[in-house]
Amino acid sequence: MLTKKVKSRVVFLILSIVSVSIIIFFILRSLEENVIYFFSPTEIYNKSSISPNKKIRVGGLVKEGSSTKKDNGINFIITDLKNEIIVTYSGLVPNLFSEGKGVVAEGKLRDKKYFIADKILAKHDENYMPPEVSQALDKAN
Amino acid sequence: MIKNFFPNKILSLNNRLIFVLIIMMIFIVIIGFIYALFISPPDYVQGDSVRIMYVHVPSSFISLGCFAFIGLASISNLIFKTKFVSLMAKSLAPVGLVFTLVSVVTGSLWGKPTWGIWWAWDARLTSMIILLCFYIAYILTWKLIDSFERANKISSFIGIIGLFNLPVIKYSVDWWSTLHQPSSITLTSAPTIHYTMLIPLFIMLFGMAIYSLIIFLMRYKTEIMKFKLNKKKNYK
Repeated sequence: MLTKKVKSRVVFLILSIVSVSIIIFFILRSLEENVIYFFSPTEIYNKSSISPNKKIRVGGLVKEGSSTKKDNGINFIITDLKNEIIVTYSGLVPNLFSEGKGVVAEGKLRDKKYFIADKILAKHDENYMPPEVSQALDKAN
Repeated sequence: MIKNFFPNKILSLNNRLIFVLIIMMIFIVIIGFIYALFISPPDYVQGDSVRIMYVHVPSSFISLGCFAFIGLASISNLIFKTKFVSLMAKSLAPVGLVFTLVSVVTGSLWGKPTWGIWWAWDARLTSMIILLCFYIAYILTWKLIDSFERANKISSFIGIIGLFNLPVIKYSVDWWSTLHQPSSITLTSAPTIHYTMLIPLFIMLFGMAIYSLIIFLMRYKTEIMKFKLNKKKNYK
């Protein structure tokens, strides 16, 4: 059924698809630093050097019991359950910001443990449920 | 089954089928809207803005699905030189483009109340914009190049290159840290969406899929007619 012409086209296409995939893989690999939207506290901790004037984003969970309101903002701790970063922020806090939930903070690192944010974003997780179910789950725990 | 999509068959396709599909679509979408807006509960964190998901997720599925078809059709076109398959891909492209736009706009509307910003250049959102560009490039090659043979070849290359973007979109949320949440519906594990929210999601997906099918059938029929007319003109 397959003529010689068709066969050669198949081989050509497969070869080019494989080679393009490999090229794309390496491009994305080398761009990893730019592709990720935020660093986790552990990634910050493992960095060899930090530049205090460069804008970066740090993301993770807001540690339970860590957030304290100040007059025009909030202080809290971002954790990935291994390492932690203290964040201080002044400005409007998004509605969905809450302890134990995901957060991404944009701003500058003072040092590896201290971050000054000028913007915070609430990160939503993949769980969707009605309030009653969530209350029932909380009770069960 | 496939034989029904051959050019000669599609022209004899009864308009009544499209009419039945339209009635079905209207019915399902109305049920979907009632379910999504009134019956399904609000989310425990997002409140009522979760209802945007019932349009956002199906449109994303359809836009990815349409481009997957375009990509595979392009491969088949380059190998077997099957013209009717590229005409099918050509008729499907506008549907995919519209749903990509719907997905991006509804996602943005959802992002403002949830994340706190309209737009973020994270991997998922950026790869979605790249998909949008591929759709536009694909449609434009058909529009701007007059010779069928050349347009067919160039658009097929665009379709194949765009195919590489699809796994990047799908797995971007797993490979990199993104602002966009990971997938709730996966093949390997139970969905993390409560069933009261899954029902309207799938009703809406079904309704919008039928809508895409209707637009596709109408366009495909027109494309075949145009193709045949052009052929006749060239013989004279």
